[in-house]
Amino acid sequence: MSARNHILSRLRNAKVAPLASPIIPVSTPIDDYGFHPEYLESFEKNLIAAHAQVIPAGPRHWRQHIAEVCQIKGIKHLLMPGQPPLPGAERHLPAPSTWMSAWDNGPELTVFDSPIENFKDVLFDDIDAGLTIAESAVADTGTLVLRSTPWQPRTLSLVPPIHICLLDARCMYPDLLTAMTVEGWQRDMPSNLLFISGPSKTADIQQTLAYGAHGPKELIVIMVAGEIR
Amino acid sequence: MSSNEPQTMHFQAPGTFKTRAQDVLDNPDLRKSFRGAMDFLMQKRSAQFPDDAQFQALRLQGEAIRQYSLSKLPDLLEQLEKNLIANGIQVHWAKNASEAQTLIADIMVKADAKLIVKGKSMVSEEVELNHALEAQGIEAMESDMGEYIVQLAGERPSHIIMPAIHKTKEDIARLFAEKVPGVDYTNSVDELIQIGRRVLREKFRETKVGLSGVNMAVAETGTLCLVENEGNGRMCTTVPDIHIAITGIEKVVEKLEHVPPLLTLLTRSATGQAVTTYFNWISGPRKADELDGPKEVHLVLVDNGRTQAYARPDFRATLQCIRCGACMNHCPVYTRIGGLAYGTTYPGPIGKIISPHMLGLESTSDLVTASSLCGACGEVCPVKIPIPELLIDLRARSQAGGPDKFTPALAGEGEGRKPLMALSFKLWRVLYSTPILYRLFSFCATRLRKLSPKNQGAWTDSRTPLIPAAKSLHELIRARKHQQQTTT
Repeated sequence: MSARNHILSRLRNAKVAPLASPIIPVSTPIDDYGFHPEYLESFEKNLIAAHAQVIPAGPRHWRQHIAEVCQIKGIKHLLMPGQPPLPGAERHLPAPSTWMSAWDNGPELTVFDSPIENFKDVLFDDIDAGLTIAESAVADTGTLVLRSTPWQPRTLSLVPPIHICLLDARCMYPDLLTAMTVEGWQRDMPSNLLFISGPSKTADIQQTLAYGAHGPKELIVIMVAGEIR
Repeated sequence: MSSNEPQTMHFQAPGTFKTRAQDVLDNPDLRKSFRGAMDFLMQKRSAQFPDDAQFQALRLQGEAIRQYSLSKLPDLLEQLEKNLIANGIQVHWAKNASEAQTLIADIMVKADAKLIVKGKSMVSEEVELNHALEAQGIEAMESDMGEYIVQLAGERPSHIIMPAIHKTKEDIARLFAEKVPGVDYTNSVDELIQIGRRVLREKFRETKVGLSGVNMAVAETGTLCLVENEGNGRMCTTVPDIHIAITGIEKVVEKLEHVPPLLTLLTRSATGQAVTTYFNWISGPRKADELDGPKEVHLVLVDNGRTQAYARPDFRATLQCIRCGACMNHCPVYTRIGGLAYGTTYPGPIGKIISPHMLGLESTSDLVTASSLCGACGEVCPVKIPIPELLIDLRARSQAGGPDKFTPALAGEGEGRKPLMALSFKLWRVLYSTPILYRLFSFCATRLRKLSPKNQGAWTDSRTPLIPAAKSLHELIRARKHQQQTTT
């Protein structure tokens, strides 16, 4: 008998009667999400407590904030997501490469548009910061939700030492359960769905917190009040 | 670190538990490390559960989800397998440690890979994966900072969440200066972490295969969930061509909505965090139009004693565990002897109740007695596993005259039976249930108290000898009654 059948038959031989499915109550009314001052406040508070930086920005000012961050952090080479295959197809998720071009005294801009195999050396050695766009966010834990897509690879938010994330603040959910229910994740899981709630960290040496264990040392969230245009 | 360096990660017989526990008790530095770390973790956890009523409601929910999932375990495993395969993930099943080792070694050989970089996985420790791969000339490198430190030192993790808590930063500074090429002694924690980061980044970049554990597997979507703070788990599951995940068969839940309550219980109970830095939902390899992510994803589902625990209603609760480690953080025995003394992959209270299923009761019968039965583990368990009750049950099982007829036997049941102890308890039962014998015994014991031995074995190692009182309780009461009658 194969290991699979052996294990399954041992489990079935125990003849355990199925229990009733537990009810997981959604704490917030389903339509009560989005641009909500309490959510923004809680999101910001939690992320700051996790050692991230949060910059509130108007819909037209996020480029300016990126430029400022690049200048303050001394970012010389910024990696950006590519262009969505169908512009506008991805809700709230426009590609900055379409409206961002190099500026005076700004960093070199590179678009992540080739498979990682051809790109590893640049990614690991040359890039100072990666720019991403979050799909949504969860207020009560201060969590960014990122979805792997052809135009926004996963390593963009992992390998560069600084991670700058743009968030449309209207895509804010009070808690995880509401986010997954409203967004209908169950019907449509990407190959990788990722929650980020701060910079990479560890307390493995004598319970002393240190940042930048394996991922980014810094997380900077630009919280855009409205559509990222 | 080179692959031919000797590794002392072999399984230590839990049978020598008492000697190892004594070694730690005699080491004030180790005791200080554990005390400090446990105080820290207990305090961080309790800050996350300020309202007991809310905590109780949440753990009831956690318990219900885990019990529900276990009640449908074979169905959920089949559903999980079906959906994982539909998502392009290859599923493998292992009855025991050696099958799991072979499955993973075969994937490595097929990929012609000589290096596997590992994210934290207790199941990989449980099946002694590193040791088995190294015997085949494959280097297995740990990438969780704590695990990396422990591997560099040639030791085993002493805690399931914080593997290197038994080491001070000075220990680690010396270790790095000695073992990592080109590194000078520094006891700055930030610098030490940056050294680890530098070494391991090169490994993430070069390795063809990455390994991870799984915190939860969701049947309805075919998704593997991974909790972490460091980002090494993301590295292992994103950068290499092949990602191998390994987990116990009990980790499956049915629905996505079952994840949030368990996740919040897990991170709060484990490290006192409302959420970890990363939570990764993996539902397939890289798609044709994606630019990164592994090209192959494998899941190895391991039994290794879990179906034995599942077969018996009383021990099934053992499988509710979500591996948060809160029971060890709150255990007075663990705090004093640390995780290495147990000699098992999973130390502390939870280790005492799951290891007998993996290793048999024969070699683990000492472990179930290493408890004061204070009940703290049961009180903090986020999924309400009745750990103290299970400990008592396992104690009885290890001493039992033989398996009873009605339930399937546990491996090694009755192996801890010592004829002298069994006889003593039999005599004790007869003595205490036969009034005439009891009176005779207490009469003799009080009269002959001068003959009590000064040396009473383990009891007098740290206590004064037991000497019967001059008069028995019955005599004292009779005397008092007599006195009361004469005074009135």
